[in-house]
Amino acid sequence: MSTAPALVAAEVPVGPARVGLLELGRTHPRVVLAGGLVLLLFLVALLAPFISPHDPIAVNADNAYLPPLSPGHALGTDELGRDLLSRMLWGARVSLPVAFVAVAVGLVAGGLIGLVSGYFGGVADLLLMRLIDALLAFPALILAIAIVAALGPNLTNAMIAIGIVAIPVYARLVRALVLQLKQMEFIAASRSLGATPLRIVVRHVIPNLLTPVIVQVTLSAGFAILAEATLSFLGLGAQVPTPDWGQMINSGATFLENDPWLAIVPGAAISITVFSFNLLGDSLRDALDPRLRS
Amino acid sequence: MTTYVLRRLALMVPVAFLVTVGVFMLIHLSPGDPALILLGEDRSPQAIAAIHQELGLDKPLYVQYVTWLGRVAHGDLGRSVTTNQPVTIAIAERLPATAELGAVALIWSLLVAIPLGTIAAVRRGSLADHIATGITVGGVSIPNFFIGIVLIFFLSVTFRLFPFGGYVPFNQDPVENLRHIILPAIALGTAGAAINMRFTRSSMIEVLNNDYIRTARAKGASWRRVVFIHALKNALIPVVTIVGLQIGGIIEGAVVTETVFTWPGVGRLAVESIFNRDYTVVQGIVLLAAFSYLVANLLVDLVYGWLDPRISYA
Repeated sequence: MSTAPALVAAEVPVGPARVGLLELGRTHPRVVLAGGLVLLLFLVALLAPFISPHDPIAVNADNAYLPPLSPGHALGTDELGRDLLSRMLWGARVSLPVAFVAVAVGLVAGGLIGLVSGYFGGVADLLLMRLIDALLAFPALILAIAIVAALGPNLTNAMIAIGIVAIPVYARLVRALVLQLKQMEFIAASRSLGATPLRIVVRHVIPNLLTPVIVQVTLSAGFAILAEATLSFLGLGAQVPTPDWGQMINSGATFLENDPWLAIVPGAAISITVFSFNLLGDSLRDALDPRLRS
Repeated sequence: MTTYVLRRLALMVPVAFLVTVGVFMLIHLSPGDPALILLGEDRSPQAIAAIHQELGLDKPLYVQYVTWLGRVAHGDLGRSVTTNQPVTIAIAERLPATAELGAVALIWSLLVAIPLGTIAAVRRGSLADHIATGITVGGVSIPNFFIGIVLIFFLSVTFRLFPFGGYVPFNQDPVENLRHIILPAIALGTAGAAINMRFTRSSMIEVLNNDYIRTARAKGASWRRVVFIHALKNALIPVVTIVGLQIGGIIEGAVVTETVFTWPGVGRLAVESIFNRDYTVVQGIVLLAAFSYLVANLLVDLVYGWLDPRISYA
């Protein structure tokens, strides 16, 4: 009985993934809940041009400050008469790609550093790890702010800054995992069979890094969205009239006394988005880490 | 112990060196002539030449770095481009307000985290535990500027219990000082409270499974005594690590909170300086933030070993 799934796995690659996901959903419903929320956010970002009732940057002074549930404007309008719901939906198209690019920058650069450092060791490890230590010496947000301040405040530079901030996390994680993997017998066997370092890394090391890295990617995405919102709130990320949640809170805060929804709605969107990614990362870690499973 | 301290200090040297290189390169990262960045609007050829001479920008980069490092070592972080005030003094004037806010935020975070983390651990799997876990994930997911805005909306705008923002020095009016600090401290300390609660919970669960806890119970000690006298003391050791790092990172959180509450601290100075393109001030604050973090890391390592005798210094 116990060998059957393995045989199926060997013959039909799609099968075990489906079984694994179903099993994961049954044993860890939080993964399904959080995964569903994240999927929904991606769908919103993807479909924003089709589901937005209005142009998110079209100014209509006659419609300014309409409260939520106004006819034609479910979440009301801002000080320039722009539809808040449309701006919220388009805001997801800013936050999610920023998080995606920033995490990709951190993952690729940090992952490469961690691989080289962990696999080759020696002087390369010593030098690269001191560099990572120096990056870690900066509080994350301060480093991101400093980079954006130097490069100039805009969304692209915010993405680069958040990506650079994420590098040390991946470098440390990947290095630690590679150091463990290097001691494993299958790596030694592969080496003794004459496999090149590149082949060992690509065929044997990287596939074994995927699970912990996926968990970290999910958690980093939450951080990246939070950091982008913070930079935009401070005026260092997305610039007007881009419909960005952090920037919308900044401008909405001015009208807190009479029109609180202008700041509260985008704030809730950021919180729900970051919460979804954090919950997904947390529950994936619980589900996939054998130590926590026991 | 002395050997460990010396080794730990020696390890800090290359990192500190790289940090200074990074902070120095901050101005040089920007595209274009750093003198133009430092000058802002006043870009006359004379002013540009004066800045080039003052900063030695015509010299090789490593010479510029060594000269800058020499000045920093003597406490000279340069002068603010906008106010011409020495950066060290500009930071020193704002630091007490940030330290005060950070201290109250930390007290708030511990007052929330330790009791809730302990309850969640003692009643593991209960509704209280699930609520505490929810608060933990929520606390780190809600941006502190949004917490600040929600607090202002409810407690300042709607119920008029606290002022919108601003600062009153303690020696001028202690009551008003307290009224002004409560909301920003809650906004700043909530994420820390969530993290500390998580650490308290997991550490407490681990400690409660130890043999000496079972022995204490077997000897007839009440559950309350076991939890609060025997377990909590040891469970808080990992929390000390995190709290130490939070103290080192106060400036980071203060950047946003001080902006929301117009609190006249170092964080707000950083944001103002970025918009004024006052890069010497930004450079000084980044250097301060990085070194506070480095020193906090070092102290945490040392204190951790002192608190937990099982940790070897060998």
